[in-house]
Parts: sequence; C-alpha cells; structure tokens
Amino acid sequence: MESIAQREAAILEDFSFFDDWMDKYEHLIALGKELSPMSEEQKVEENQIKGCQSQVWLCAREEEGRVFFDADADAIITRGMIALLLRPVQGQAPVDIASYEFGFLDPLGLTAHLSPTRANGLLSMVKQIRLYGVAFQAKRG
Amino acid sequence: MTQLEHHSNLVPWQMLAQHTGATLRYVPIDGRGVLDQAVYQSLLNERTKLVAFNHISNALGTINPVKAMTAAAHAVGAVVVVDGAQALPHSHVDVQDLDVDFYAGSAHKMYGPTGVGLLYGKTAWLETLPPYQGGGEMISEVAMDQSSYAGLPHKFEAGTPNIAGVIGWGAALSWMQQVGLEAIEAHEQALLAYGTERLLAIPGVKIYGVAPEKAAVLSFNVAGVHPYDVGTLLDQMGIAVRTGQHCTQPIMDCFGIPGTIRASLAAYTSREDLDALARGLEKAIALLA
Repeated sequence: MESIAQREAAILEDFSFFDDWMDKYEHLIALGKELSPMSEEQKVEENQIKGCQSQVWLCAREEEGRVFFDADADAIITRGMIALLLRPVQGQAPVDIASYEFGFLDPLGLTAHLSPTRANGLLSMVKQIRLYGVAFQAKRG
Repeated sequence: MTQLEHHSNLVPWQMLAQHTGATLRYVPIDGRGVLDQAVYQSLLNERTKLVAFNHISNALGTINPVKAMTAAAHAVGAVVVVDGAQALPHSHVDVQDLDVDFYAGSAHKMYGPTGVGLLYGKTAWLETLPPYQGGGEMISEVAMDQSSYAGLPHKFEAGTPNIAGVIGWGAALSWMQQVGLEAIEAHEQALLAYGTERLLAIPGVKIYGVAPEKAAVLSFNVAGVHPYDVGTLLDQMGIAVRTGQHCTQPIMDCFGIPGTIRASLAAYTSREDLDALARGLEKAIALLA
C-alpha cells in the first residue's frame, strides 16, 4: 500500500496540471461526486463536524490496525474537500494519521482560497481526522 | 418578537426571559416573508410588556409597518423596541413619526466603522432607566458613600467613548447626507427591480423574500444546488455575496432550507455589478451541474 507521503505527492502532481481556479474547483467538484455517500444511519449528530457552513459528517472504523473513514457533506465542494483530505489517510495506521500535517493544503492554495468560515470548517475536518487517529492509537494501547 | 429577527434581536430577549421568567411570543411570517399582522394583533394584550421587531429584515428585505405595529403595541401599553440596523442605511427613518420607544442602529451597516452603534430612546424612558454601566464621565458628584449621575446622554456613556469610531461614523453619515438618503433609496430600488429580473431569468433560481414593501437585498437559491457551493465559486470570480443563514436561523427553518445566497445592494452597487452576478451565477451553475 502507498504511504501517506506517496499519496500526498500524487495529490500535488494532480493539481500541478491545473492552471486556474476553475480547473481546481472542477476537480474538487468531481471528487465530491465520486465520494460514495454515507448511509442515513451514519449521518447522525455525533458524526457531524462543527464549524462548517455546510453539514459535514465523518466516521471511522479500524480493521487490522488500519483506519477506514466514511464521510459526506450536503455541499458538493465540501464533499470534494473531505474526499481530498481522506485520500492520504484512508487505510493508514492510526499513529501515522494522528501526526499527519496535511501539508498539501498550503501549496495547493486551498486554505488561502477558502473564505474564513470555510477555512475554519476545513480546520475542523483536519482536527477530526487526526482525532480518530489518536483515538484508535489509544485503544490499541 | 417575530420570526423575522436577526439573532441579535432574539438571543438577548431569550436571555432576559430566562432571567425574569417572561414568556416570549413570536409573530410568524408567510411564504413571502411578510409578518402575519392578524396573529400580531391576536398576541397583543394587557400582559404584553414589550414588543421587539426589526424595521427591515436583513435576510429577506421585508419592510415592516413599524408605525402601525407601534401604535397597536402602545394601545395595550407595551414598550416598542425596533432593530433599525437595516433600515438606517437603506431609507430615511424618522423615529418621532414612527413613535417607537427605542430604535437601534449599527455604524458598520451605514458605511461606517465597526464597534460603534446607536440606541435612540424617548427622553422619558432614558430618564427613568438606571445606568447600565458605572465609571468615569457618567457622574455628576462622587463621594465615598454614594454618587449622583450625570444627565443624558452621559448617564449611559461610562468611560472613554469610542472616539475614533464615532468620528469615522460622522464622516460616513456626512457622506450619506451629501449623496442624499432619498437618492440612495431610489438608486437601490431601481437596482432591486433590475437584479430581481436578471436573477429570475436564470432557470432554477428562486428568490426568498418577495414582500410588496422590500429593501435592496436579493436572497436566493438555485434548485438542487447547495448555497455554499454557489457562494464559493462566486467568491473565486470576485463576486461578494454572503451564504448561509445570515444570523436568522428561524427564517431558514421556516423555509426548510440550509441557507440562501444573498447579494446586498448599496449606494455603490451598479447595474454592471448585477450583470456580473448573473453571468457568474450562470457559470457557477454550469460548473456544478
């Protein structure tokens, strides 16, 4: 399986082909459409991420030392964002997820392009993903 | 209270009600975003202590019949507090003619700086009310055992005022008067009609807030699209709109929507701006389709 670093490099390469914001957002919209929807049972308040203007849900499960995430959002660009955030961490070890810095966001200009409330939402998503890493790590002891 | 309020005219009353045990009652809106005046009349009785509502809705643009609502409230002996934050920048307001007891406004909604606002009150009320803060500048005599308070308005202006804010606001108000409040209102009303026409020509667009008496705000959604997606793409095109609940969650709940996209029109908005909005919106819809 590819490491977090390898997947991060792949994301940066994908985005390097885009010349303007429209291509970038078209890509995000496409990622949002590709993300498989969560079941309605998973879209409950305890899985909801606070601090986003649109509704975002995230949950995770551990299988044989790997963490698998499910996510959804009611806005398509937000779905694309969460899909992008999950790409490097999907199926990785809790310890790697807990300390992951999501270093691709800054070079992609995504934090700068997003409005303050949206950037806060992004931060909440990043924190929640890491928190799952920490929680599963603690559970393993 | 009404269903049409900004959170800033809801939450403080909820806090007061918790403190005093008062009961809050709400006047609902109809599908156009207009207050149901029959319900309003039915809610008023001799136990009604205070009526608070906005002059113009920030989310929908509805202009409320302040004078008639105030007269009805006064008929049962209730105090009337009006949130004028959206009326002051968009229209000529005469508090004496409206006969309201209190009227509030915000400088940053009137081309002025943030952090400064106004509360108008009838003299009799202001003389009756105790100071809400104590300190320098609000006293006439201070001894070790007691103090007496200064006259109006100093009684309510303890401490060092927001000098820079007030001077900045003064400059903004002079500018508004120079342009002319009637001229601003006429300009905005013409733009509102034009913008409404441009937006409704785009398939799937629905405008929220279609009161017959309406101020210059265009609150809308596109069928099948989340307002936040549209707002994000418009932002990329340099078109400034606000998306979300606009601090009016009860209104959004009433329409059963997560929020709206809102374009606010002002003295400096032009027809070209609205053309850019319409073109941008078409582009955003194409991207999201």
